[in-house]
Order: sequence, then structure tokens, then C-alpha cells
Amino acid sequence: MAVLARPVRLGMGPGGVGWIFVLPFVVMFAVFYLGPLLVGIGMSFTDMRSTDVADPLAVDVVGVENYLRLMNDETMRRAAVNTVIFVATALPLTIALGLGSAVLLNSGIARLPAAFFRLGYYLPTITSIIGIAVAWKFLLEPEAGLVNRLLGMAGIDGPNWLQNESTALPSIIVMTAWRSFGFDMVVLLAALQGIPRELYEAAEVDGAGRWQRFRAVTLPALRPVLLFCTVYTSVGFMQFMEEVLVMTRGGPLNSTISASLAIFNQFGVGNYGYAGAAASVLFTVIVALAVLQLRAGRRT
Amino acid sequence: MRRTRRQRAVVYLGLGLGLLLVVGPFVWTALSSVKPEAEIRRDPPTLWPRTFTLDNFTELFERVNMGQAFANSLLIALVLVATNLLLCSMAGYAFAKLPFRGRNLAFALVLVQLAIPAIVVMIPQFVLIANLGLVNTFLGIILPTVVTPLGVFMMRQFISELPDELIHAARVDGAGELRIFFRVILPLCGPALATLGLITFLGAWNNFLWPAVVAQSEEMYTLPVALNILNGHEGTHYNLLVAGSVVVIAPILVLFVFLQRFFVQGIATTGIK
Repeated sequence: MAVLARPVRLGMGPGGVGWIFVLPFVVMFAVFYLGPLLVGIGMSFTDMRSTDVADPLAVDVVGVENYLRLMNDETMRRAAVNTVIFVATALPLTIALGLGSAVLLNSGIARLPAAFFRLGYYLPTITSIIGIAVAWKFLLEPEAGLVNRLLGMAGIDGPNWLQNESTALPSIIVMTAWRSFGFDMVVLLAALQGIPRELYEAAEVDGAGRWQRFRAVTLPALRPVLLFCTVYTSVGFMQFMEEVLVMTRGGPLNSTISASLAIFNQFGVGNYGYAGAAASVLFTVIVALAVLQLRAGRRT
Repeated sequence: MRRTRRQRAVVYLGLGLGLLLVVGPFVWTALSSVKPEAEIRRDPPTLWPRTFTLDNFTELFERVNMGQAFANSLLIALVLVATNLLLCSMAGYAFAKLPFRGRNLAFALVLVQLAIPAIVVMIPQFVLIANLGLVNTFLGIILPTVVTPLGVFMMRQFISELPDELIHAARVDGAGELRIFFRVILPLCGPALATLGLITFLGAWNNFLWPAVVAQSEEMYTLPVALNILNGHEGTHYNLLVAGSVVVIAPILVLFVFLQRFFVQGIATTGIK
């Protein structure tokens, strides 16, 4: 077989041909991802600014100065806190909505309506986040917005959701869960459909109620998929930015600024070295969080 | 599981209410986009437009130059679909069927790239693009995503399911590797290529961060970039903003409704098994 598999025409072993096929990917990876990742880490130890773009090697090395500055930067600290709050609340909310809708869709309703609901629930996930954020800014507008108008009909005077320090971040959290749960739903639904029916029947024979069946059969069977959803969703949420950029620009008074937005802003004013330091910290935290989640998920 | 009628009614009620909450904002946005600005602000509000108008869209395309942004987004998305279809399936084929030295290491790069957040590499990528003289060009916007790790991963999963005998038979017949790839493998990849094309189009159409960094003048803006700029300049003219939102979202909704089977397939092949 090995002899037959050897392509004579190109004059090289199968090894060489394989490399030619993957070459575009490998080159693009090296040039646009691995290189920039390493350069970004290196850059974070320099005082590089936007004016140094033409001659990036002329910058001065400043050691860990950027990192020290990060720790004392009010805005950066606020961004870190907001990001933690955002992930800690939006993540469970999103997974709960995804799981809830998947369980309902799997509870023996007819195929056609199930497909119809699934289609509807999945819609926000695939649409442009900028488009969605603009639509939600309109929904939450204090006077013309649908939310306050509906509240008004019920006699409630709704707040100026996005301009109020105590409601701005929660509004964005709810919108994010609304937008994101469809992905988790589809993944969890596929997993639910893979659970053998006999397990439920056996549990029912043993006298298990609905809730007990959910806890003893459904949840354990979904564990690997729930772990995947948790890691995947939190990696994405750690980088949230566009919704804030469109809806509040990080305000009011930095109450919605996110880590990514703070980095983006530093890039905008030309502080490349400093932004690089913040980006390196964010990257480290994201990787660490994912590893911790995977470990915790495997162990318990 | 058997359900009583009442239980089933509760399930449908819950699902229906959920659907209203999910789809409602889209419907409200779409209906608002064909109302004049005064009607948007009218009290009490109208659900169905009392005066139907396309003025918001006309203004968007004539005054704010959304037409250009639409064309840019479409062009960029189509080019990226083409490059990804070719390059991802090439790499996927090699990872699935061509043993070569360092293959596992090279495949690990796919997973590494999947894990690198865009914001982390954004600035060095920009410095690179700037030094290549590609700021504010289509090429600059396109380059980092001409071959995406998700696509490579997907194609590898799909092609590895194809029987090896096909390739061996072609080799026995004296076909070269390129010929095998184009004549034997690719024709069998139809469904996977459709899914990959759709996912790529979606990603390119919705992408914001990188185009926002590279496109610096109006004639280079993509739709999300243009909408974000519009939001910054005319943040209170909701008639325009809402129409802009519809222009960005509607094409994807249309694609989704007609091609949803490929979307679901995409999740099934890329996601967990």
C-alpha cells in the first residue's frame, strides 16, 4: 500500500504534498496570529505608541512599567470589575435560558412546531451584534423605546436604562443573554436527544418524579456538553465590547466599560505598549479561566 | 414521555411567550424602520405603521452612503467565502488523509488559533498591515481571515469520514495529488462546503472589530462599521439607526430562513459529538 500511495508525479513523498496543502494555513497562522501574539507580549514591555508604527524597533524597553500602571489605573480596574460581573451574571443566565428552552423543546412536542421555535430562538445568535445593539438601544430609549412604553401602559415610570449607573450594565447583561442563549440551546438540544429513553423509563419505574428524573438522568448525561457551553460562552463573554461600544460607549461614568473596550480605547489614543499589556493580561486570564473550568468540570 | 393535554398546553405557552420575547425586538425594529421619525416618537405608540414610508432607507443610502458600505460588505464576504472554501478544504484534506511529518503539530496550530482572542492580536496585526501599506484597503481587511481555523477543523472532520479506498484507487489510476483533491475529494464535499460557505459569509458579514480598525475612510466602511459611525454621529435619530439595523440584519435573516439546515449541520459538525 505504501508503495502505491507514493505519488510519483510531483517528485516527492506524500509528506511533502501534505505540507503544500496546509502551507497557506500555516503561513497565515504564523504571520497573522502567532507572530502578532508574540509581538504583542513583547510590545507590552515597551513604550510603543502609534507614532512608532513605521519603525517599531526604535521603541524603548520599559520593563514591567505598563503592568504596574495597569494596576493603578482607575478605568482599567473598573473595566476588570465590570467584566467579572458581566461574565458571572450573563453566563449562568445564558446557560439557564439555553437549557430551559432545550428541555421544553425536547418535552415531546411535535416536530414541526419544535423546529419553528428552534429557528426563532436561534435568530439573535447569528445576526450582527452591532445591528442588535442598535436595535436594543432603541428598545431601551427612555421615551420612544418599547420597554418604557410597555411599562408606561402598566403605570410604571421606567428609568433611562442606558444612562443610569445602576441599570446600564444589567440592561446589557440581559441583552447578551437574550442574544446568546440560542447557541447553547441548539447544542444542548442535540445532547438531550441523544439520551436513551430507557434511562427515563427505568427511573420512572423506580418511582422518580419529574424533578428527580431531571437531576438523576438529564443533568449527568448533559455534563460534558454543559462544560463545553460554559467554556465556550465564557471565553466569548470575557471579550464583550461591541454591545457596550454601541449602547453606552462605556458610560455612564465607566459603569459599563469592559476590558476589551478599555483596550480598544487605549489603542484608539495610540498607547500601543500599554494596550498590549492590558491585552496580555486579558489573554492570560481567559486561558486560565478556560483551563480551570475544564479541570473543575472533569474532576467533579 | 407521555404528557397530559394540560402539560402540553403549558409547554406551548412557555415556548410561545419565549418566542415573543426573542422575535419581538426584531419585529418592532422592522416596523419602526418604515415609520416617519415623528411617528416613532408619537404617544401613544403605533405598532403597525400609520404612515408607511421608505424615506429612512432612502436617506440612509443617499445621504449616509450605506449603499457603498453594503457593496463593500458583500464583496468582502464573497471573497472570503471563496478563499476559505479553497484553503480550508485543502488544509482539511491534508490533515485528514495525507500523512506528513509534523502533521499533529500543524493541526495543533488550528486549535491554538481558535483560542486566540481577536482583541489580543489586533494591535500587532494593525502594525503589520500598516507596514505592508494595507491600511484602508480591501486586502488589509480580508487578509487575516482568508483561511479560518474553524473552517479547517470542519473540513478535516468531514473529509476524514470519506473512505480511503477512493484515494487509493485514484492513485493506482495514476492521478496526481492535486487532481485527486479537485476531482475526487472536493466533489464529495458538497454539504460541508455549503455549511462552510454559509458560516464564512456570516462571520465576514457580521465582523466588526478588524474592519473598524483597518477601514478609515467612508468608501472602505463595511456595514457594521458604517452603522457604528452612524450611531456615533446621529445617536438620537432613531429612524435612521433602526433602518440601518434592518439593513445589516435582514440579509442574514433571509439566508438563515432559507438555508437553516446548513446552519444546524454546521453546529453538528464543528461542535461536539
